[in-house]
Amino acid sequence: MTSLDVGTAEAVEGANAAVAMDDVMQKIAEHKGCGTSGGSGKASCGSGAGQGDLPTEIWEKVKNHPCYSEEAHHHYARMHVAVAPACNIQCNYCNRKYDCANESRPGVVSEKLTPEQAAKKVLAVASTIPQMTVLGIAGPGDPLANPEKTFKTFDLISRTAPDIKLCLSTNGLALPDHVDTIAGYNVDHVTITINMVDPEVGAKIYPWVFWKHKRYTGVEAAKLLTDRQLQGLEMLTERGILCKVNSVMIPGINDKHLVEVNKAVKSRGAFLHNIMPLISAPEHGTVFGLNGQRGPSAQELKALQDSCEGEMNMMRHCRQCRADAVGLLGEDRSAEFTTEKIMAIEVDYDLESRKAYQEKVEEERVAKVAAKQEELATLAGAASDIKLLIAVATKGSGLINEHFGHAKEFQVYELSTSGAKFVGHRRVDLYCQGGYGDEDSLETVIRAINDCHAVFVAKIGGCPKNDLIKAGIEPVDQFAHEFIEKSAIAWFKAYLDKVNSGEIEHQERGDAEIRQGALINAA
Amino acid sequence: MTLKIIASQCTSCSACEPECPNVAITEKNGTFVIDPKKCTECIGHFDAPQCAAVCPVDNTCVIDNAYPRYQAPA
Repeated sequence: MTSLDVGTAEAVEGANAAVAMDDVMQKIAEHKGCGTSGGSGKASCGSGAGQGDLPTEIWEKVKNHPCYSEEAHHHYARMHVAVAPACNIQCNYCNRKYDCANESRPGVVSEKLTPEQAAKKVLAVASTIPQMTVLGIAGPGDPLANPEKTFKTFDLISRTAPDIKLCLSTNGLALPDHVDTIAGYNVDHVTITINMVDPEVGAKIYPWVFWKHKRYTGVEAAKLLTDRQLQGLEMLTERGILCKVNSVMIPGINDKHLVEVNKAVKSRGAFLHNIMPLISAPEHGTVFGLNGQRGPSAQELKALQDSCEGEMNMMRHCRQCRADAVGLLGEDRSAEFTTEKIMAIEVDYDLESRKAYQEKVEEERVAKVAAKQEELATLAGAASDIKLLIAVATKGSGLINEHFGHAKEFQVYELSTSGAKFVGHRRVDLYCQGGYGDEDSLETVIRAINDCHAVFVAKIGGCPKNDLIKAGIEPVDQFAHEFIEKSAIAWFKAYLDKVNSGEIEHQERGDAEIRQGALINAA
Repeated sequence: MTLKIIASQCTSCSACEPECPNVAITEKNGTFVIDPKKCTECIGHFDAPQCAAVCPVDNTCVIDNAYPRYQAPA
């Protein structure tokens, strides 16, 4: 285990407006050719929260993939298996001694696995966590620089756990050579990390690439990489494979340029764009860490994401997780599934009970959407320009079901008369450790959600309650174990009523645009 | 001569193993080692030693001066 520990990399902060299911559906519709060709990226035949008029096979691809659907990430879990240690390029934000700190394929792992160990682990996790629906191979190197290990793993898993979706995340250099094999294993989600489409920019990010038995450097290397990435992207989208593009935002190097990247990948059929902040510190031992290259501020990140959002859907719920992460996106249960532990687990892979469990999840999800729609209807006609943020303590399932003091992160929703919209997450350290409060930690939490008007929790103690009120944040525990969006809308309606009656005066919460950096205690 | 891998710098990423045209690289106790009897410095195969070209850590796959220079068969 390196100093870059569990989930410390979840820094996509300042996230505003994640990929709402409706938007995703619209995007898919366009992806399938039934949308308009307008520049907005929004299709004319997009559907509502359900399958609507979407082709079933596309709906099946995204409805339970936590990375491709913000809405799904509240309900479904993923896991990564670290079977691919080798890499074929060098990035200035990665140090293989400590592994890669950035990206959703960061190389941080506790142990490497053989394909056979990985297959066993997948079965063990799938039997323990029935909502685990997605298996990704994301490193710690590049999956396609280790093609035998990667495809052997897919082969073993597709035989024993045919209901699990397979995906991989690559730098794209070797991608064109493997597209047919990827399609052959029914891998229907591929993420490509594309940080530039201009080799001059690329030369500042990639010192070298290794291709066809030769190390290339400088602009030549970056040209090779960008050509191969874009070719691979086109080949995948031609085959109907959904592609997400990850980009690391590096201020002064590719920040402005990422708008060009966004256009280039959109025009080649990419489904989703995930712009993540550079994570950079000297202790990571990376070129950028050592030369003082900074990461973006939350405001800079949000501004860039916003400027690209008109063009295509932006992922805002990424936690930049480890190459061996297990669980819902906001959690990491990898420590429960070490090789030693999984080898001792008697696996009873029961497809039927997994199915039954997931059917229950779907029921819950439908109920959640219905509750939200019902509550939203009561907002109809309310006219107000007020927009505000709330923080929610949740363990998942779209419910307010976490104790304030146990929350490791808060999910943030933006409320307006058009409803409740997921706009990101704030990681906080455990406020409550050992059952009693700790003042410094409480201050940390308050700083992290300082732009929120209220915090919704399942339960909260008297002391933190008073401190939150003093800080101007209303603690709300009356909706314990109820649906987040429905409760938030109900609360917002009451808030508007109080404003309209003159009982309270609406005040902006400081600078609502400022987001606390996610790395409160930097790795 | 042959190349050797400096064990303290090896990240065990395995990138070198499949690149070696002589199958001279194997994993031993968590790091990779080059069999000096098999290594040809890639002479006759490639312009540069493949293990060094693909290794993510500079100066980790290096010439081992303890062995005489490799002579390509005439």
